[in-house]
Amino acid sequence: MRSSKYFLITIILFSAFNLYAEKPFKYIETGVDPDSWAVIPAGEFYAGQHQSIENIDYDFEIMITDVTNEQFANYLNEALEKRTIYAKNDTVWGYHPGDPFDAYLHEWEIPAGDYPHVPLNNPGLRLDYNNGKFSAKAGYENHPMVEVSWFGAKAYADFYGYRLPTELEWEKAARGIGTNDYPWGNTVERNQANFLSSHNLFTKMFGDVVKTTPVGFYNGKSYNGYQTIEGISPYGLYDIVGNVYQWMGDDYPKVHYRYMRGGSYQSYEYSLRVWPRNSAGPEYTSMAVGFRCARDMSTELLKN
Amino acid sequence: MKKIRDLFYFFFQSTKGLILLGITAISVITAIWGTLSGPMIEWGVKDITVKLLGLDLESVERSGRIIMLYHVIAMIVTSIEVYMITSIVPMRKHQRTNINGTITVGWITAMIFGMAFGYFGHNYFYHGLFLVGQSLIFFAGIQLAVALYPWRKHFLVENKEYAHTKSGYDIERIAFFIMAVSMLISAGFGAVTGSFWSNGHETFLAEDLIRQPDKTALQKSIIGHLHIMLTLIAVAITLIVGRWMDFKGKLHKFAMPIMIFGIIVISGGVWSVVWTHMAHTFIYIGSTFVMFAALLLVIYAWGKIIKDRIAEQGLEKPSFGQKFKALFHDPIKFGPFWQMVFMNFTVSGVGIFMAVKLEEIFRVWPAREERITLTGHWHILAALIATIILMYYIDIAGIKGKLRKWLGWTIIIGSDIAFAAMTIMSMKRLFVTEYYQTPLVNWTMLATDFGLGIILVILAGVLGWRLIDLFKSDNLWSKESASPELELERTAVLTKQGRDAIKKEMEI
Repeated sequence: MRSSKYFLITIILFSAFNLYAEKPFKYIETGVDPDSWAVIPAGEFYAGQHQSIENIDYDFEIMITDVTNEQFANYLNEALEKRTIYAKNDTVWGYHPGDPFDAYLHEWEIPAGDYPHVPLNNPGLRLDYNNGKFSAKAGYENHPMVEVSWFGAKAYADFYGYRLPTELEWEKAARGIGTNDYPWGNTVERNQANFLSSHNLFTKMFGDVVKTTPVGFYNGKSYNGYQTIEGISPYGLYDIVGNVYQWMGDDYPKVHYRYMRGGSYQSYEYSLRVWPRNSAGPEYTSMAVGFRCARDMSTELLKN
Repeated sequence: MKKIRDLFYFFFQSTKGLILLGITAISVITAIWGTLSGPMIEWGVKDITVKLLGLDLESVERSGRIIMLYHVIAMIVTSIEVYMITSIVPMRKHQRTNINGTITVGWITAMIFGMAFGYFGHNYFYHGLFLVGQSLIFFAGIQLAVALYPWRKHFLVENKEYAHTKSGYDIERIAFFIMAVSMLISAGFGAVTGSFWSNGHETFLAEDLIRQPDKTALQKSIIGHLHIMLTLIAVAITLIVGRWMDFKGKLHKFAMPIMIFGIIVISGGVWSVVWTHMAHTFIYIGSTFVMFAALLLVIYAWGKIIKDRIAEQGLEKPSFGQKFKALFHDPIKFGPFWQMVFMNFTVSGVGIFMAVKLEEIFRVWPAREERITLTGHWHILAALIATIILMYYIDIAGIKGKLRKWLGWTIIIGSDIAFAAMTIMSMKRLFVTEYYQTPLVNWTMLATDFGLGIILVILAGVLGWRLIDLFKSDNLWSKESASPELELERTAVLTKQGRDAIKKEMEI
């Protein structure tokens, strides 16, 4: 009786620890270039669940994938060199000029000052920081950058002259001019995007804690026999829903929250529809939150 | 033919049959629609249900479907409570028949056509009939309020151990009346907003608005509506199980006015949410009174359970241990009141903690996490109410002996494991960081499914037994038909004035 009790406890402990175990894995090439941008043309589109007609009267560009760990590590090294950010107390910090404050119910004041961009001691971070240099962890180079605060995401965008997309820009980029619930239609298949019940083999192959997939993973290719369906928006954006939530650039009056769109690997499929929002304070970081950038059209592109 | 007629009488005219009908309907809906959410999606069960039933699950209509589903379930629960109230609160027979008949047609119509509209394709014929069903339920509610009207000398308190006014008016009846009227007004808040649907008001889930700084009057009205309806359903079941326990004496006299004051303040507070931020202060005050009245009932009920068991055992000077054991002797009677206490850990406690630590903790978490805590909080309250109804029904059905104990303890333990696990899951970020949360989420979800699963199995067993019983010769339902009303002590009795009024009515 006693031995069976110990056996049971051992099994429970083993299974619990096994879930924590993060196994090393190989880099997976998806063939999608994270440095690519897509042009989103000006014009009206249907926004939100109730499909109100909105207009964006300018063309703009948006990254076709989320910013990757490798891209962010490169940025951190450049920014450290140019001293726009600094690392102190296991955190990357940077300056933010502050937000307008309305002193509204539940609103927090965000005055000018230095704010956390990336917590370096967080096990969910897929970056290494050795001898003053950042690099992406092996195998995670083309996974989306996570554990980055809104301040950190904005600093990245500002550094290269980009910006974070507004919610309206993001929604148009995700939905196009149609009325689909998801970027590609009205349903989502399990091998079309990374969400809570998608059971992607990638997660199963490489351990439970690894939840993100490389950017552009759902592109119709087969990985070790796991056939994906191309999960792209009408403008060719990958992972615009699922994988990780994306920080939006809007700073609305009466609230200090920053908004996120797209759902993540932690979300059920209904959060991957193009209208649900998530929000958190601008200093919040998570293993399921990343970002992509938008930018105004270059003069050269506009000419063409 | 006679058997069919008798069965029809049992299910549609006897209080016991009507309660069974309502519980069966909720069980079937819960068993089928429960497969469409949570881990059932991950396990692939949802896909099977969708294919088998040919459900039309347009993604864009998800909010509307959810609203339809919980309206249907809430209306059946409310109807079950109405059946209980019409049986335990003295009223004229024709009033009981009218109320029960109207509400039964109402919930069956609303259930069939509401679910058809939500899950089998948008057909506005279905929606129209769903509204007809809802309207009938509302009309039954008006009839109930009229029947419960307490300031008539037709039913007065004779046994002075029950709370009463100097003139003998029944204060418990006043509590039932105030609850019914509050519920009608609160239903109106939902109905008025519903009438603006697609005309300035669009479908939404309240939990999606939590961080919206400004909400429209219609949105606030709906948020108030859903909170107060669930609260009043909880108040109603508290009053009902109080009668089941024959709540009386000093505690009854103390609790009933407190309950009435609490209902009025909390209802007024919730209604005022449309106009003022002060509403929350009223709600906190009202809740405190309602919960204090419920606490007095728990104290009374547990004392009575101990006393009754000790008397049954014939113990003259029972020790503390014997008293303690006596409390747990009958889980079906102990359970409902334990669930009320347990509610404080999983619902009220969490709610108060959230309110106190809102800025410091919950508003630091992402909205999705706050949303999980909020939805978990009221799902648990609704499910706790369901377990209380279920335990009372097991008593009504006359289940005795070991089976009664097994059923009782399984419901208590199963549901409490599920609710505790769900509370821990929803508050996970207090205990573990995101990186390490997966095992906690997996284990708590497993515990939740295990707890709720065994309750559903029990429910299926009880209903299966009742189904087989329908075809037996010496069966329970025919005995229940012979004694269709709930067997318990009533607070008030028919007075001479009441008898004369009935006689006069018959002459006319």
